[in-house]
Amino acid sequence: MEYFIQQLVNGITLGSIYGLIAIGYTMVYGIIGMINFAHGDIFMIGAFVALISFIIFGLTGVALPIILLLVLLIAMIFTACYGWTVEKLAYKPLRGSFRLAPLISALGMSIVLQNYVQVAQGARVKPMQPLFSGGLEFFKNSEFIVTVSYLQIFIVVLTIILMGIFTYLITKTDLGRAQRACEQDRTMTALLGINVDRTISITFIIGSSLASVAGMMFVLYYGVIDFYIGFLAGIKAFTAAVLGGIGSLPGAMLGGLLIGLIETMWSGYVSIEYKDVAAFSVLIVVLIFFPTGFLGKPDIEKV
Amino acid sequence: MEKQDIIKSFKDSLFTGLIALALFGPIVGLRTASKGEGLFITPQWGVVFLLVGLCILGRFLININSARRKEFKIFSTLSSKFSSITEDKAKHFAITGILFALVFPFLPFTDRYFMDVAIMILTYIMLGWGLNIVVGLAGLLDLGYVAFYAVGAYSYALIATTFGWSFWICLPLAGLFAAFFGILLGFPVLRLRGDYLAIVTLGFGEIIRIILINWYEVTNGPDGITGIPRPSFFGLPFKRSPDEGEMSFHTFFGLEYSTMHRIIFLYYLILILALITNYFTLKIRKLPVGRAWEALREDEIACKSLGVNPTNTKLTAFAIGAMFGGFAGSFFATRQAFISPESFTFIESAIIVAIVVLGGMGSQTGVVLASIFLIGITEIFRDLEQYRMIAFGGAMVLIMVFKPKGILANRKPTILMHGDKN
Repeated sequence: MEYFIQQLVNGITLGSIYGLIAIGYTMVYGIIGMINFAHGDIFMIGAFVALISFIIFGLTGVALPIILLLVLLIAMIFTACYGWTVEKLAYKPLRGSFRLAPLISALGMSIVLQNYVQVAQGARVKPMQPLFSGGLEFFKNSEFIVTVSYLQIFIVVLTIILMGIFTYLITKTDLGRAQRACEQDRTMTALLGINVDRTISITFIIGSSLASVAGMMFVLYYGVIDFYIGFLAGIKAFTAAVLGGIGSLPGAMLGGLLIGLIETMWSGYVSIEYKDVAAFSVLIVVLIFFPTGFLGKPDIEKV
Repeated sequence: MEKQDIIKSFKDSLFTGLIALALFGPIVGLRTASKGEGLFITPQWGVVFLLVGLCILGRFLININSARRKEFKIFSTLSSKFSSITEDKAKHFAITGILFALVFPFLPFTDRYFMDVAIMILTYIMLGWGLNIVVGLAGLLDLGYVAFYAVGAYSYALIATTFGWSFWICLPLAGLFAAFFGILLGFPVLRLRGDYLAIVTLGFGEIIRIILINWYEVTNGPDGITGIPRPSFFGLPFKRSPDEGEMSFHTFFGLEYSTMHRIIFLYYLILILALITNYFTLKIRKLPVGRAWEALREDEIACKSLGVNPTNTKLTAFAIGAMFGGFAGSFFATRQAFISPESFTFIESAIIVAIVVLGGMGSQTGVVLASIFLIGITEIFRDLEQYRMIAFGGAMVLIMVFKPKGILANRKPTILMHGDKN
């Protein structure tokens, strides 16, 4: 039982990271109907920016909360620039062309970003000393002590705060309304005087900033990154988005949590080698029985 | 040009420079390197300023000339002329190409390196033609095609090393295994819509790779399988000194021994395999099942109303595509004599899909052009090892931006009701 709770805590932490990346996929899919394959690599760039700023601020000896806040902001700003540029260069010229074109362009962009970081930062893994230490311990009398580290608490709380801000942004502000309008009907939205291009750009900026936060959490949680982390994390996050129902924002978070839980439970109870297989198998099974994911709207094809 | 325009474009390029600074500043400018314990940063501002300068200059020049439009026009007219020429003379083009491919090994400038590149290009052409059945004809986006390539390679390697059967028995078996896997995967997932299908096939590709890495007893894990038998010329091996009671290729034909014999044989082998794939595709397109694929690609609902069973039709496309992937895989295994899961990563699937889409979905000639172009680019950049994949990805983006339908787009139905389209 204690072991289960420990895995549950780990799973929720991992799930928060996947959920934050999945939001970027689901938002982009909702608004322009494409799989943004480069999103996983945007996450990887976010992790690198966070790592670099952690090293720089680590030398200055500022208090930890201030460092975290600064790194968070820096990673968000710089990574958002990447998201914005990728959209401008690779996706915007392809708007309105046939379905596979932006996907191939995104694949190309993903290859470019990965190899660009490999050239610029080197191919070797980048370890970082842990910034957080300690945690809360539960069930001290039993055989297995459940530890919830401060880092895990930080990750989950930060995710909840960001989700709160994000939900407010989407449901209550003009920007969110414009965004949802674009999702429903881009032509009509443009006729009503909303700048569709700008709204799409902002969608990419928001998605990339959330991915960069996930990147920062990844650096802190695992302590090791390399130029290749974006691929697997990206696929899993996309799996999460599909699992929750692509296009649905709460679905992305739910899917992220589920994928995180499946992965940790599988590596805890079955086998650690096949943990990636578990996530994909679950995806296949879910899609057979719930073809639109858990919270997705059923997609009715019209003649 | 007005003065205002110049000022405006100047401001615009400065903005571009600012963005470029934000992009390259942290990632290029602050290179991390581990030194003893922990990471340290070595600044490289020179490179950053160079890159930012280039971005500003490039943007400024584009703005001033508005060269982008002109360039775009030149590019599109050139390529549309090109595609109309190739379409008119498709047959001539194909025959010339095949003839050239046939004499290629005996041309004076052809050396070992050219042959290796040619074999690689032909392998990708074959994979591209195989995937073209799935993506181009049936319109199903398969991002895990490399899984079938891997199944073919591993089943060939396992059968050949375990039972010692010859290449010509193992080849069809490997193809059948791959087709079987295609049905196995296709059966549950082919009801899904396009993008879901894409991600499920991608997941399947990864599952196969992870199993290959971890199923140590059978696949020998990450170490791969070594000592896969080389193919023989109808029982005549390509060896300098053949085993007892065997005759080798060079003694039978009374030739001087040369390693090139084997390379040339492999070249013709993949050429024939690829041409069979092409011939098969061209023929099956005209059969009812081929027409059903094309019809499904265009409109699934209409097909359903006309009584076409979408799942079964898609399943045949999936299985046949997988089978050709399996053939290509066994060729790969016999050529390399060594396979490991390293060769079957997602990037391979991405390259094959890119070849099909860049060539123009459904166009057989397009696949050839795209393979030559993409593999050629990585070969040109071979000396700059690190930059070749950047060039490759960049080429994918550029072709899509300027020519989103691919080099040769072909969505015309293969057969029309009243003969010619006029």
